[in-house]
Amino acid sequence: MGADAAMSKSAVQDPAKGGGDAPLRLSGSGTTLDLSEVRDWIALLKPRVMSLVVFTGLIGLLVAPVRLHPTLALTAVLCIAVAAGAAGAINMWYDRDIDARMRRTANRPIPAGRITPEAALGFGVTLAVASVVVMALATNWLAAGVLALSIAFYVFVYTMWLKRRTPQNIVIGGAAGAFPPVVGWAAATGTVGLEPLLLFAIIFAWTPPHFWALSLYAHQDYARAGVPMLPVVAGARETRRQILLYTLLLAPLGLSPWLLGLTGPAYAVVAALLGAGFLYQAWRVLRDEQDAEGRSLTRDAPARRCFRYSLLYLAVLFAALAADRLALGGGAAG
Amino acid sequence: MTPEERQVFERRRRGRNIALLVVLLALVVLFYLIAMARLSRAAGLG
Repeated sequence: MGADAAMSKSAVQDPAKGGGDAPLRLSGSGTTLDLSEVRDWIALLKPRVMSLVVFTGLIGLLVAPVRLHPTLALTAVLCIAVAAGAAGAINMWYDRDIDARMRRTANRPIPAGRITPEAALGFGVTLAVASVVVMALATNWLAAGVLALSIAFYVFVYTMWLKRRTPQNIVIGGAAGAFPPVVGWAAATGTVGLEPLLLFAIIFAWTPPHFWALSLYAHQDYARAGVPMLPVVAGARETRRQILLYTLLLAPLGLSPWLLGLTGPAYAVVAALLGAGFLYQAWRVLRDEQDAEGRSLTRDAPARRCFRYSLLYLAVLFAALAADRLALGGGAAG
Repeated sequence: MTPEERQVFERRRRGRNIALLVVLLALVVLFYLIAMARLSRAAGLG
């Protein structure tokens, strides 16, 4: 009943949707499915976050020493994607009040009134359960369990507990985004070993400098919403210092698979260059021109560059790891 | 609800029902493929 009412409200509200976004329609025998409505449901899944999660999960599968049947591997990646989307939808349901206060998120489907909160929650929970069950059927219960843990961590630990309470929300909550390679590895092998835990640690250490670089130039949005992100609570100067500190931790962590003999020297060269590049970006952020209170005089240009570099860093580092294992057969493991 | 709103609502609901049907059929195909893959692996073929 609740879902029906939710659909009804959504359906009645849609024709009044503003913004000059004329709905495209797939029509046939009196049936209309607005593509704009489909886009809203997809937006609930946070597709940009999902793409990164899928990529790291796929790397977990590829670097595992056991080859999974292609159908099962594709299903595992699909489950990781759907689980990430489900967690995103539940996050949007819970955060609808603060999303409405932030410019960056005010046009999301729930605060904009295009999808009701109840419908979004039902959608997220259904997808979460389905992704875990299908993962168990296609691979094994360990992978399904880690997948369920990652959803629960993102929803309960990050979204509901930490996000509104502490500036360390990103540090601890970052673990949620670090699970996918562990899930991928567990799907292929049925175990969790040192290598997936190293991948977990790399993403865990990567998340704070990645996210704080973004929050340096989006802190007014977080302040308006009352979210205690580090720049809001401790100021921009301290945030720049923390970005450099976490990058100092991340650079050797990126090298750790080679240091432990799990990869060959080609990976080590790539990891060293990437780590040095990240340190340079973090240093530039620290040395940004700023006023007496630490506010950037360059519209946070170094932080924007650092944010973009962090995405490149993770993509190339993990691709190098997969290439090392697949093409070069590097390292002792496997 | 006015008749026009009712008509829009019913059309949308039909659209959603078709979308749901497509998802269910895709799940049937997926479960079949998973079963085949697991069987071939169990038989040492995959």
